[in-house]
Amino acid sequence: MTKEQREPLIRLAKREDITGGKAWLIRVLSIVLALAAGALIILLLGHNPLEVYPSMVEGALGKPRVIRETVKRAIPLLGAALAIAPAFKMKFWNIGAEGQILAGAVAATYFGLFWADRLPQPALLLVMAVASIVVGGLWGLIPAVFKAKWGTNETLFTLMLNYIVLGYVKYLQAGPWGADLSANGYPKIPMFAANAMLPTVLGVHIGWIVVLVMTVLMFVYLKYCKGGYEIAVVGESVRTAQYAGMSVSRIVMRTMFLSGGLAGLVGFLQVSGASGSLTDNTAGGIGFTAITVAWLARLNPFVMVFIALLLGILEKGADTIQTVYTIPASAAEMLTGIILFFMLGCEFFIRYRLIFRGKGEKKHG
Amino acid sequence: MDKVFTISFLVAAVAAGAPLLFGTLGEILTEKSGNLNLGVEGMMYMGGVAGLAGAYYYEQAMGASASGAVAALIGTVCAFLCAVLGALIYSVLTITLRANQNVTGLALTIFGTGFGNLVGEAMGTAAGGFVAVSQNTKNVFIGGIPGLKDLPVVGQLLFSYNYLVYLGIVLAILMAWFLKRTRSGLNLRSVGEDPATADAAGVNVTAYRYLATCLGGGICGLGGMYIVMAEQNGVWVHDCIAGKGWIAVALVIFATWSPSRALLGSLVFGALSILRLYLDFGGVRMIPIYDTIPYVATVVVLIAVSIRQRRESQPPASLGNAYFREDR
Amino acid sequence: MATQHAIELRELTKTFGDVVANDKVSLTVDKGEILSLLGENGSGKTTLMNMLSGIYFPDGGEILVDGRPVTIRSPKDAHDLGIGMVHQHFKLVDVLTAAENIILGLKGKGRLDRKALAREIQVISEKYGFDMDPNQKIYDMSVSQKQRVEILKVLYRGADILILDEPTAVLTPQETDKLFAVLRKMKADGKAIVIITHKLHEVMDISDRVAVLRKGKYIGAVETSQTNPQQLTEMMVGHAVKLEIDRPQTQYQDLRLEVKGLNCFNDEGVQVLKDVTFQARGGEILGIAGVAGSGQKELLEAVAGLQKVRSGHIFYYPPHPKSDLAGKHVPVDKAGEELVGKTPTQIQKIGVSLAFVPEDRLGMGLVASMDMVDNMMLKTYREGKGPLVDRKAPKALAQKLIDELEIVTPGVSTPVRRLSGGNVQKVLVGREIASSPTVLMTAYPVRGLDINSSYTIYHLLNQQKEKDVAVILVGEDLDVLLELCDRILVLCGGQVSGIVDGRTATKEQVGLMMTHLPKGQEGGDQA
Repeated sequence: MTKEQREPLIRLAKREDITGGKAWLIRVLSIVLALAAGALIILLLGHNPLEVYPSMVEGALGKPRVIRETVKRAIPLLGAALAIAPAFKMKFWNIGAEGQILAGAVAATYFGLFWADRLPQPALLLVMAVASIVVGGLWGLIPAVFKAKWGTNETLFTLMLNYIVLGYVKYLQAGPWGADLSANGYPKIPMFAANAMLPTVLGVHIGWIVVLVMTVLMFVYLKYCKGGYEIAVVGESVRTAQYAGMSVSRIVMRTMFLSGGLAGLVGFLQVSGASGSLTDNTAGGIGFTAITVAWLARLNPFVMVFIALLLGILEKGADTIQTVYTIPASAAEMLTGIILFFMLGCEFFIRYRLIFRGKGEKKHG
Repeated sequence: MDKVFTISFLVAAVAAGAPLLFGTLGEILTEKSGNLNLGVEGMMYMGGVAGLAGAYYYEQAMGASASGAVAALIGTVCAFLCAVLGALIYSVLTITLRANQNVTGLALTIFGTGFGNLVGEAMGTAAGGFVAVSQNTKNVFIGGIPGLKDLPVVGQLLFSYNYLVYLGIVLAILMAWFLKRTRSGLNLRSVGEDPATADAAGVNVTAYRYLATCLGGGICGLGGMYIVMAEQNGVWVHDCIAGKGWIAVALVIFATWSPSRALLGSLVFGALSILRLYLDFGGVRMIPIYDTIPYVATVVVLIAVSIRQRRESQPPASLGNAYFREDR
Repeated sequence: MATQHAIELRELTKTFGDVVANDKVSLTVDKGEILSLLGENGSGKTTLMNMLSGIYFPDGGEILVDGRPVTIRSPKDAHDLGIGMVHQHFKLVDVLTAAENIILGLKGKGRLDRKALAREIQVISEKYGFDMDPNQKIYDMSVSQKQRVEILKVLYRGADILILDEPTAVLTPQETDKLFAVLRKMKADGKAIVIITHKLHEVMDISDRVAVLRKGKYIGAVETSQTNPQQLTEMMVGHAVKLEIDRPQTQYQDLRLEVKGLNCFNDEGVQVLKDVTFQARGGEILGIAGVAGSGQKELLEAVAGLQKVRSGHIFYYPPHPKSDLAGKHVPVDKAGEELVGKTPTQIQKIGVSLAFVPEDRLGMGLVASMDMVDNMMLKTYREGKGPLVDRKAPKALAQKLIDELEIVTPGVSTPVRRLSGGNVQKVLVGREIASSPTVLMTAYPVRGLDINSSYTIYHLLNQQKEKDVAVILVGEDLDVLLELCDRILVLCGGQVSGIVDGRTATKEQVGLMMTHLPKGQEGGDQA
């Protein structure tokens, strides 16, 4: 193995100077490429992508009614992505939003089912919201405590917790809150009474206002608050955080309580706004998809709004093409996957410049 | 209680554990290289649908002269390759393009789930209803070694499975041997533990990561095929993998990254998943609680491992981290 | 000449940015010879050897191995040429056994024959007098055992030329003796050995020849039998150069910090500070000299509350009531406030500030991806009521530093990682000074800086001194310490080997103290 070593064909150089505009151009380009790849699949399925794509957009944004549906789908995605943001900023890989949503939903459902006749609507909704935040937060706190104390791997821990709470929800459905409450023993949790439901504004439950407010608050928190600053320092370097006198384990636990709590609040919005009851599909993969939303938005809350909307449009549009073209709705899921792949891949070209052999030989360090 | 200790329970446990075994083995191989691929579920969908497609279209092409064994073989190859493709996407994104491993793995699960369901349903639509393989092929997946399977007791206990079960067991043993007894296995482990050191010692980190991740993905795919062909009798059922890929991820931790313990672990998890058919755990309503036992057990193992800090049972030290030489 | 040198370096040059790490260094090593490469910290020893082992690529000059010119681009090239380097920081996979680490990455039969491998390793071990269990895991090993694995790894790969970077820094005297016995056997076996060190008595003990580097330049080589520590010290430190750094006299010089019998252990349980006792006064610069890893970092961190203290005291005394500094910080006990046991934040509030420039310049003290404004508030972000951080003050401070210290940056919102080294250090030191400390501790503040930037920093330190601040400066360059500091504390292996007056001490004196503890205190001068 003493072959002559030459300069490699392609070298990488970090880009430090890329402008925001150029970076977004690359991102938009990657989405276009992803859609092109999706078009190929639509072609393979025997349809014309030039008809299918427009009808997807039509189906998602064409009428006020469908726009409301699209927004309804984007709400939990955005909310959960916002919940994940502080944890990811801290480089705490919380992939347990799915479970934290459910944990919050369970807490909200408890009050929704059993306290609806005892409290007036505003008080009831407030209690439900607070309960969902607290329980979601505690569910998020568990892995943080172990991480802070023993360094237990948080990725795997939070992942497992998802399935544990999901099992509990199914149990509630099958027994105490489902079959036991229904006259015919049907394993389904009953719909909430009207005063346990979120009011609507412009035809969509007020969850959309809640998540938009959350967006602004999260932006402010991460950028302008002491807590957000601490998160950023811990995420960048634990050593530096200690040097600055921060208590790293306290920050980790506090941030995960926040992250889980906000995910829990999304659970409340889901049961009390979107579906009117708790089911094993209340989270339905939102916690996972939201991770990609948060990441692709580079943890910027405002960008998350757009990405969540994009995925909402995709999902809603997929429903339409299923009925119109009998393309299975799974196509949307796959298309989402493709778009995610392309967007994940394109970050590389934003961060690095490729230098081909023979060009730009000398560089100064 | 007596029902539990019957041979048929053990046999059913082995069968239920088989898809988990593939997923676990594949993910162990992947994680040993330092890649945490959360796309197991997605790759199982990809493998499952490709296996079905391979066997089905072979049968369609050959008509009545189709052989069940050949159909199974073609299905196996397709399942493996299709899942490798999924793992390859993951590898390109995380190894070459340096994308975040967690997020990429989740994207792969989203993609694979969509891919599997889409192709499965599209096949059904094209066939005018639903796709089903022939009885010949089904028989291959019902399994049993002719002659031996009719022996009393041992016949059912040892020789009544389909070829994938034996393949899985052989794979586990091979992988244990590979990791422990070969140079390449050693190099692979070092890549997952400390890529900088491996690199300095002359190990090609990128090549090892690609190979381990892609092969691991292919193995996961076989688990998906097992579910479709053996558990669903060669019919595509919407959302048929149903979280088994995630159990496999859990099992990797439960097995503390050891292929031989994966063998035991998947038997235990397989047994757990069917035990409720044999024992009464407080009625049908307790089933969901009961179904969380694998995850609870995994959490307990995860915590125990981190508290005990026994070096052998830790995750590969650089699991989840990308490695770039120039960032050293 | 008929005799071929095992290695010959001709005019090797390497620069990092503006810093010339090696300036036309020429050197030879012969087979069956142990060469000591001697020099102060930052004299370019490790850089030179890293070029031989393929870590750095030289900017100029030539390397000859066995008389043939060669190109070494990677560690693998070096290994193919029979050059093996044992680094200070071991490159071993913890969960693997010694044998597994030794053969890692090597080509060979696919199946591992562990027994045959163990035998092979046994043969090499016995040949050179190692004792080693090939099946022991690295994480179960002591530092010296790990070092043996590293050496075996190099030998197993057939290296004829061994480079050891400060191999004794981590060893006890007994272990050092063992290592030297091994090295002698390897020398008898015809291997060429280069050992990087700054311990003079070891140089005298082990080497055949000594080559000396100073500030990146090759000073000369002498036969060990023809020289003595005194001469070597002179070669190593050179004659004092007049740098013309101010050393103003100050008004008060009151006691500020009193360290008594301080003992610290690192995470591996090794004692890093032993019975350290000294005083620091306001209005003076106390220099700390010592070879790298003698406990400088741990000492500063212990005072700052970042390093666990096993035993001992650190007392803080507030500034003179008439001084400008008085009353700016949390009031403390005038009879001496104990700092041991306080949190880093509490200690900061008392007025003790630490600006440590680590080897990679960032990573501690500054957050690389954040801009200057956010870095300014690293320690002060808690100030002010309410949950919001106040960026007005840090922004003004950042702008002030840019103007006053002439920091070159596109603006206050540029991530500090994009600034050049000198500017990064100005940011760090500037921030610490801006907190108007009463004790300013700084380590390697001029690391990697050019002359002008260095002088800016010295000037800053002098200003602080004149304000009655107690300045503690850990430095690499003895010339500078001798010109700048009022007193110099010399550390040797975690112990204080003496405190000298900066105005009267000579470089030779300090150089000797860095490597020798005074008589009677000598617990073996290990690190």
